[in-house]
Amino acid sequence: MSKGEEVVLLDFWASPFCMRVKIALGEKGVTFESREEDLFGGKSELLLKSNPIYQKVPVFLHNGKPLCESSVIVSYIDETWASPALLPPCTYGRAQARFLADYIDQKLFDAVRNVAMSKGEATEAAKKELIEILKVVDGSLGDKDFFGGKTFGFIDIIAIPFTSWFLAAEKMGNFQVEAEFPKVSGWIKRCMQRESVAKIIPDPEKIYEFVLMFRKKNGID
Amino acid sequence: MAASVSLFGYWASPFTLRIKWALKLKGIQYEYIEEDLPNKSPLLLQYNPVHKKIPVLVHEGKPLAESLVIMEYIDEVWKESPLLPQDPYGRAKARFWSNFADDKCVPSVMRTFVAEGEDKEKAAEEAREHLKTLESGLEGKQLFGGEKINFVDVAVGWIGIWARIVEKIADVNLIDAKTMPLLDAWFAKFLELPTIKECVPPWDKLLEHNRGFRNILTYAAT
Repeated sequence: MSKGEEVVLLDFWASPFCMRVKIALGEKGVTFESREEDLFGGKSELLLKSNPIYQKVPVFLHNGKPLCESSVIVSYIDETWASPALLPPCTYGRAQARFLADYIDQKLFDAVRNVAMSKGEATEAAKKELIEILKVVDGSLGDKDFFGGKTFGFIDIIAIPFTSWFLAAEKMGNFQVEAEFPKVSGWIKRCMQRESVAKIIPDPEKIYEFVLMFRKKNGID
Repeated sequence: MAASVSLFGYWASPFTLRIKWALKLKGIQYEYIEEDLPNKSPLLLQYNPVHKKIPVLVHEGKPLAESLVIMEYIDEVWKESPLLPQDPYGRAKARFWSNFADDKCVPSVMRTFVAEGEDKEKAAEEAREHLKTLESGLEGKQLFGGEKINFVDVAVGWIGIWARIVEKIADVNLIDAKTMPLLDAWFAKFLELPTIKECVPPWDKLLEHNRGFRNILTYAAT
């Protein structure tokens, strides 16, 4: 890291969107300061000032200049610290990666969260939706080690954090990702072998506890 | 041999319009295929199996979907008249505002379009808030790109047309010249640019089409 670089992340431990940013920074070997936000107690002034539009984490501050929206941040990190490249070298490959990232952004987290945070019939419907989405993700992965091929990259970073929420969805939805999607399951294990990922992804049991607490707090249970 | 570019689109689709604008600004020759949306072609469904939507760009036989993804691809392949700035922070801001428009402005304008009575007023108020926020992205400039059009202008400029159509059909106020003078001026300037204006379908055709579209949507909701 060059002298005088200040890299700060306004963070929340359970947020898969924050995890993306931390993994990307880890891959690039960039030192950063993570400041945990108290999302339920009261968001910091810096958060509200830096992200007045959405008032959400992650917020990324590079030498004081704020950025929000995790996919935008990960692209910025990739473009600012060139090595190792997270996006593939060819233009079409990059477009395919952005397409899949957009799909994952639009669909995957909502689907996982809907299963984790619902009850009764709604959970069944949410589970069916999640399985359809996982089929698309599984199809895109195919027999490759990672989404981009042999090397860990952009889509892996975009997607892997959601897998920490899978256990919570599995328990609520009564199904197993490993049984239904062995390829995705293999990919998760490969990603977790990388230091940048293993360091950041929380224990799914802790996410499950968080979900249970959230459910109680919001009268779902 | 010239590389082949085809665009599968729909004449009234703003997402298709974005791509037409990007291709025209770069001077790219292409074949345009009009899709009959109630009867999508097998080729379209093959090229975009995930979303089954237009626009789809096919370049040298390789298909791409999702208009903002297509725009970035076009910008990277054809480097003249760049749409995204060079510096990473400028690029990030451009992506942020384009996504903001799609995530917040578009759905809230749509909700205003189909709502009735009190719901319509509430939806219009929310849409105006998002449009006001979009105005802040201009940072006092005349265009998002400053002196020249950039990625955000091309990605978001169509809202100026559609918001006016919704205003006319639904009888609401969205782009308020008093509270959003910069946004109002930006839409006017952008949509008057000859290259931009040439690609926009005729106003009355759009109005007629959207009246019909609204009838379908409001009927479907009952």
